[in-house]
Amino acid sequence: MRAFTVHTGVVAPMDRPNIDTDMIIPKQFLKSIKRSGFGPNLFDELRYLDEGKPDADNSGRPLNPDFVLNQPRYAGASVLLARENFGCGSSREHAPWALEDFGFRAVIAPSFADIFFNNCFKNGLLPIILPESVVDGLFKAVESSEGYQLTVDLDKQVILTPDGQDIAFDVDPFRKHCLLNGLDDIGLTLQDADDIRAYEEKRQQSAPWLFNAGA
Amino acid sequence: MAGKTLYDKLWEQHVVKERDDGTALIYIDRQLLHEVTSPQAFEGLRIAGRQPWRLTANLATPDHNVSTDASERAGGIDGIQDPVSRIQVKTLDDNCNAFGITQFDMKDKRQGIVHVVGPEQGATLPGMTIVCGDSHTATHGAVAALAHGIGTSEVEHVLATQCLIQRKMKNLLIKVDGELGPAITGKDVVLHVTGVIGTAGGTGYAMEFGGSAIRSMSMEGRMSMCNMAIEAGARVGMVAFDDITAEYVKGRPFAPKDDQWDMAVAAWKELVSDEDAVFDKVVEIKAEEIKPQVTWGTSPEMVTTIDGTVPALEDAKDDVERSAFTRAYEYMGLTAGQKITDIQLDRVFIGSCTNSRIEDLRQAAEVAKGRKVAGTIKQAMVVPGSGLVKEQAESEGLDKIFLEAGFEWREPGCSMCLAMNADKLGAGEHCASTSNRNFEGRQGYGGRTHLVSPAMAAAAAIAGHFVDVREF
Ligand code: SF4
Repeated sequence: MRAFTVHTGVVAPMDRPNIDTDMIIPKQFLKSIKRSGFGPNLFDELRYLDEGKPDADNSGRPLNPDFVLNQPRYAGASVLLARENFGCGSSREHAPWALEDFGFRAVIAPSFADIFFNNCFKNGLLPIILPESVVDGLFKAVESSEGYQLTVDLDKQVILTPDGQDIAFDVDPFRKHCLLNGLDDIGLTLQDADDIRAYEEKRQQSAPWLFNAGA
Repeated sequence: MAGKTLYDKLWEQHVVKERDDGTALIYIDRQLLHEVTSPQAFEGLRIAGRQPWRLTANLATPDHNVSTDASERAGGIDGIQDPVSRIQVKTLDDNCNAFGITQFDMKDKRQGIVHVVGPEQGATLPGMTIVCGDSHTATHGAVAALAHGIGTSEVEHVLATQCLIQRKMKNLLIKVDGELGPAITGKDVVLHVTGVIGTAGGTGYAMEFGGSAIRSMSMEGRMSMCNMAIEAGARVGMVAFDDITAEYVKGRPFAPKDDQWDMAVAAWKELVSDEDAVFDKVVEIKAEEIKPQVTWGTSPEMVTTIDGTVPALEDAKDDVERSAFTRAYEYMGLTAGQKITDIQLDRVFIGSCTNSRIEDLRQAAEVAKGRKVAGTIKQAMVVPGSGLVKEQAESEGLDKIFLEAGFEWREPGCSMCLAMNADKLGAGEHCASTSNRNFEGRQGYGGRTHLVSPAMAAAAAIAGHFVDVREF
């Protein structure tokens, strides 16, 4: 998993509550055999004017000009500003996969759905909960100034605004540790790599046939 | 101090590290891979820039999506007609090539259902921990191994670390003493057990099958039994090591040889539950009481005997079961009190990781020999579990027996067990099937599955309805 330390990026505002995982990545794309490549179909139904099909080429599809991510001023956005209960619906891990694949590194909202919130951490995406009033203020700031950027400093647990404000946020210490160091479950297990190797060596002595390459 | 169970021993031998939160890091000796649950795991490795921890611990083969039709099969991967199936098989192929994992691909005669291929190759050995992204991985426990199914993120975890983070299960002993009657197989034993303890009876337990009836059972029978441990709720099914196990493993391609063989057998002899081992739960069953089993409903616990009837609503133990019965009557198109032998069949499927090994096919062929499939049966198919099973069966002339009797003789794969390829039941059709799940829609939308042993399935194909193979 990609580590998250300090990230600065353009902010895109998704001004509607209860964005569910089916909106984030519609079900027809779950047939995919991959967990990358969902970016072009992120928010598919909001983003395009026609119906999205798995494995189709998305480059020629008609874009919905009103959709926020299609507006040039938000090009390259990597911080998503959202409303309450973001990520509700099914438990599909495809939702954070799609956000991450599109290029988002952090999502800021007043509240998140539980499973989605957990899934984000497993995939290098930082979900940040801020009070409603603060989120509201950010929405106004983003809309009034083109190219609005935020800097998220996970270690210090603050968001820096362009006008020099510091916004503090909470994060579970264990998850913070994992994210700062880019550790997913696998990363954590790999911290015990020496133990695993020691086990293997011992086992190779007592049961060498377990390590035969086979026919 | 009390002795240890087989499970305790297998667990202890694989603990890399105990963690403070009660979990343990468990070393995995063998991972089997197939095309359905591995793509995202490989993708995860790629995204994270990781390599498999120990390549030779892995063995892959496509099974769920491959066609069992010889002409479609001849086209290899490109010949697979369903595009989604083709992509999955192709992806497994690409991933194995890219990472350097041994694969028995579609053209390899060693290809087959992972749970048939593993033991057949000696790739799954006594004393191993074995995982696969498939719930029927418990099958491999028949060789006195600790084997269970895992999810896709765990497949990736094992690929990358050769370990899993696990919590120890409780011990359950299914003790079958006495002598099994004629034509009673491992399949009948496990269906009977499921009927007795229910589909959640083994939840949270590692299930060991023991007792004198198991000691004299063949490896094929033991595999059918362990295969369906999950149908009784247990992720793990196991049988202790004995001479029958050794006999089976010896000489297989991945099995230890020469000095290593002697060393291994000495270690494997410990793979039994100690006399004074304490189990959290023991279920005792008299072998003589087990009759040929047939499921009537839409859950493996909805099972009865060949001389039985579809149970009445009053037989249900509570309201939940009553409503399940009502729904099952409707879905299966059966009425309470109806005799099992009166159920008319449309199709017969002999195959799946439960019952597609050589002994299964021999038992079915013995019944089919010199007889004809009933005219009312639309299709009776025999699908060997692997290319090698197919070859062996053909060398014994079993294919001819089946073909002459009017069965189809297919290419190896999962086939109609879960209908991911073209082999499916039509809506409302009744099927005598040697597979392991009779869930709604499992073998095709609206299809009605009755789980039985291979000999019972063959007899049913000939009679056109269920019959007692012991009197056949
Ligand atoms: S034969 Fe059936 S149960 Fe066995 S692995 Fe294939 S699909 Fe799963």
